[in-house]
Amino acid sequence: MSGINDFAFKMATVNGTGSASANSLLMQAIFRMGIPVAGKNIFPSNIQGLPTWYEVRVSAHGYMARPAQVDLIVALNGTTLAKDIKTVRPGGYVMYDSSWPIPEAIKRADVTFLGVPFGDLAASAFERDRDRTLLRNIIYTGALGALLNIDHEIISEMLREKFAKKKSLLDANAKAIQMGWDYALEHFECPLPFHLEKMDETKDKVIIDGNTACGLGAVYAGATVGAWYPITPSTSLMEAFKAFCEKYRVDKETGLRKFCILQAEDELAAAGITIGAGWAGARSFTNTSGPGISLMQEFLGLAYYTEIPGVFFDVQRAGPSTGMPTRTQQADLMMLAYASHGDTKHLIVFPANPYECFTLTVEAFDLAERFQTPVFVASDLDIGMNDWMVPRFEWDENYVADRGKVLSAEELAALPKFSRYLDKDGDGIAARTLPGGDAKGAYFVRGSSHDEHAAYTEDSDAYVKVVDRIKRKIENAAKAVPAPLFVRNPGAEIGLVTLGSCDAAVREAMDRLKEQGFHVDFMRIRGFPFDTCVQQFLAEHEVNFIIEQNRDGQLRSLLAIETGIPRDAMVAVLDYSGMPLTAKSVVDAVTAHFAGVDA
Amino acid sequence: MTSIQKPQFRHPGLPKNALGYTRRDYEGAMSTLCAGCGHDSVTAALIQAFWELDLPPNRAAKMSGIGCSSKTTAYFMKGSHGFNSVHGRMPSVTSGAAAANRGLTYIGISGDGDSLSIGMGQLCHAIRRNVRMLYVIENNGVYGLTKGQFSASADIGSTSKKGEANVQPPIDPALLALSLGATFVARSFSGDKSQLVPILKAGLVHDGFALIDVISPCVSFNDHEGSTKSYRFTREHEVEMTEVDFVPIRHEITTKDTDSAVTAVQMHDGTVMRFRKTHEGYDPTDREQAYLHVRECTKRGEVATGLLYIERGGADMHAVARTVERPLAELTVAELCPGKGALEKLMDSYR
Repeated sequence: MSGINDFAFKMATVNGTGSASANSLLMQAIFRMGIPVAGKNIFPSNIQGLPTWYEVRVSAHGYMARPAQVDLIVALNGTTLAKDIKTVRPGGYVMYDSSWPIPEAIKRADVTFLGVPFGDLAASAFERDRDRTLLRNIIYTGALGALLNIDHEIISEMLREKFAKKKSLLDANAKAIQMGWDYALEHFECPLPFHLEKMDETKDKVIIDGNTACGLGAVYAGATVGAWYPITPSTSLMEAFKAFCEKYRVDKETGLRKFCILQAEDELAAAGITIGAGWAGARSFTNTSGPGISLMQEFLGLAYYTEIPGVFFDVQRAGPSTGMPTRTQQADLMMLAYASHGDTKHLIVFPANPYECFTLTVEAFDLAERFQTPVFVASDLDIGMNDWMVPRFEWDENYVADRGKVLSAEELAALPKFSRYLDKDGDGIAARTLPGGDAKGAYFVRGSSHDEHAAYTEDSDAYVKVVDRIKRKIENAAKAVPAPLFVRNPGAEIGLVTLGSCDAAVREAMDRLKEQGFHVDFMRIRGFPFDTCVQQFLAEHEVNFIIEQNRDGQLRSLLAIETGIPRDAMVAVLDYSGMPLTAKSVVDAVTAHFAGVDA
Repeated sequence: MTSIQKPQFRHPGLPKNALGYTRRDYEGAMSTLCAGCGHDSVTAALIQAFWELDLPPNRAAKMSGIGCSSKTTAYFMKGSHGFNSVHGRMPSVTSGAAAANRGLTYIGISGDGDSLSIGMGQLCHAIRRNVRMLYVIENNGVYGLTKGQFSASADIGSTSKKGEANVQPPIDPALLALSLGATFVARSFSGDKSQLVPILKAGLVHDGFALIDVISPCVSFNDHEGSTKSYRFTREHEVEMTEVDFVPIRHEITTKDTDSAVTAVQMHDGTVMRFRKTHEGYDPTDREQAYLHVRECTKRGEVATGLLYIERGGADMHAVARTVERPLAELTVAELCPGKGALEKLMDSYR
């Protein structure tokens, strides 16, 4: 159960009222107290006026997955109040705005109600309506500070940093914090039984979201051309790329930029720009979400067949169609693996958190140029838009970008003849030339059938030779994409297989299952095509649970197609609610499976 | 596609340009289009223009989409990289390539299906983005490769080979480009090489997006009586608004043109384009007037040709993006990566 540095709470507010900054202030304050903390923003596809929630999990053990239940809720949204009250665990707390009476019908006897007259307090202290609305959030931050034993000095320090240049705002915010703090101290028993105590577990950590990490990764990988069409939840990725480029890539003397970002007319054009730039020799990328990938299908087939590098970020959201744009899912797996008509197969990397968003983005650029093909970075809304506590990013000064086989002028000159699609090295990868070089290296890119010399052909043998080589090339990439991450327990006969943002919940579930006597092995897929070790892991275990966030068990199907292990021999554990996965749903699924088997 | 190889023999007496190339050196593979296709004449005019401009083939990139017109990039300048992309999407691929390497001359070849139907959005946005490129629409009013369906440029009442009359209003790429703010808009006719070549040359050195709509009849599916995109119809209804004379930079202009009808426009690289107004009251530097004149011609069933509109290219895609002069593709990852120290410092701000 909950205890010191081990609990969860959430804020239920209305979007567009400024609660987001109050919530991140809370999370950051806990982080600065050295205590592991995770935040999940559950927000609507809307700008102002709809319900929004922010969940904070505090975990001395470092469990970062979404909690299955909360110990305390700050219920400030009248329209969701009745429902919100139900989500608190028995014995928990509901903090509400006591400026207005709470209907008896929705009260619960098994929780404690903490009434704070936020509205009245804000009205008494601040003149302007907008201030009253915004600072109400800061007042609850102050009240939570007292109830949860947040270090007051840390909050003050953060306000000073945030409003360094705006004295009036600093004063107003400090005043609001104090009002909430004092009210709680005066009216409630502070701190609550579950609360915070300083630790030293966040020294080497940062709080960052995945889209920012991907944007930073693209800067570090040397990407220069970014094309995109705005779409939730991937928009902030390009915004981050832009901000970092403006910080690091602008010539101080001339003001000229070593990057070119093009906001395209749609995702088709964004894909076209990415491919055009990749063909011309720049590291290029586009960021989108599922609907955008749907639109890019034709171009993805072109890039696959004409062998042009490019990095495609898919920050997945709940589908199908427009689906739930502000909810998370991993439902694009099949689409990414075999995007476009005809026989295709694509390289995918699956980061599990913002730390891997940074490292795997750099890898994706290397893979794309090495294998001369599109590479997907399959992130999701949970990773992309939520703040995660992850290890500080590091950079190896010895990093050398893998630009793949691009013939230098000397190499080209030494050749008797240049043939774009001729496999000279036997690895399936043919050397390319870039436009602008010597005329000897000129060739014609075409999505129509071509032979080893890039000439149009309708000759079956010449066609087959090229597509077979591309198949071999992609198969070879299985050894080069990021290897799965394994956690093994001697003698375990159960395999838990997952990918992406499910990582944290599944790992936590392993600990819970161990307490119940289940010894399990863990495999987190990080790349596609699957290397042989994936098949081996599945074959080694009596039962494999494939845990993923989509309705149809896409990873399970993909594993079946690619490894030959029958699909129904693997147990699907699915959560496609749109919410980040909880350890509880994994534990429940595994235990239910064995309960069923035993019965 | 073709099994016929072009002979490699060159007559020693063929004239050479400043780079030492003959016209033959600007040729490509053998065309596989129908005999008499207007597109082959456009290809010949392009070859002439490249040769006259001393364009180094390896410093050009040939971009196209899908269709008969898009195939023609294989038929010229074999020393250039070519990119036959997907249907209607050449503008975005070119935008990306130009973003990566601003040092090349981009030659986009498209058709009326590629540009005015499936790819109209891309064309519009390439114009808005002001990608520095030559954009040629080989316009025949018909889908050739799929055997004779009307395209979006077919005029109302123009009949198909089977006698069916088109009822939907046409999209005029020149009017479209004028309304979107294109800085170079021209129309020509594949059957009029003397007009087409100087216009192509001017478009190639224009410092912005240059659109040239070339009426290029389809001999197989749209060259019959009743078609308004046939050789005969175009010859009979062509009205030239301006006559273009293109003077390359290496020619010193010694004599002042005394003809008051002649206007000289200096291009960004120092070359001069002179045009003579051949149509009463036409001013190709006045966008609104140009639009009205072209509209009036269309209403009368005439085809307005010549240089329809020109102004200095203005801020192109790179000027707007404020990119460095050196092509981005030439910057090394080591130059672009902020490095270890910067990351350490940055990480402190995420605490």
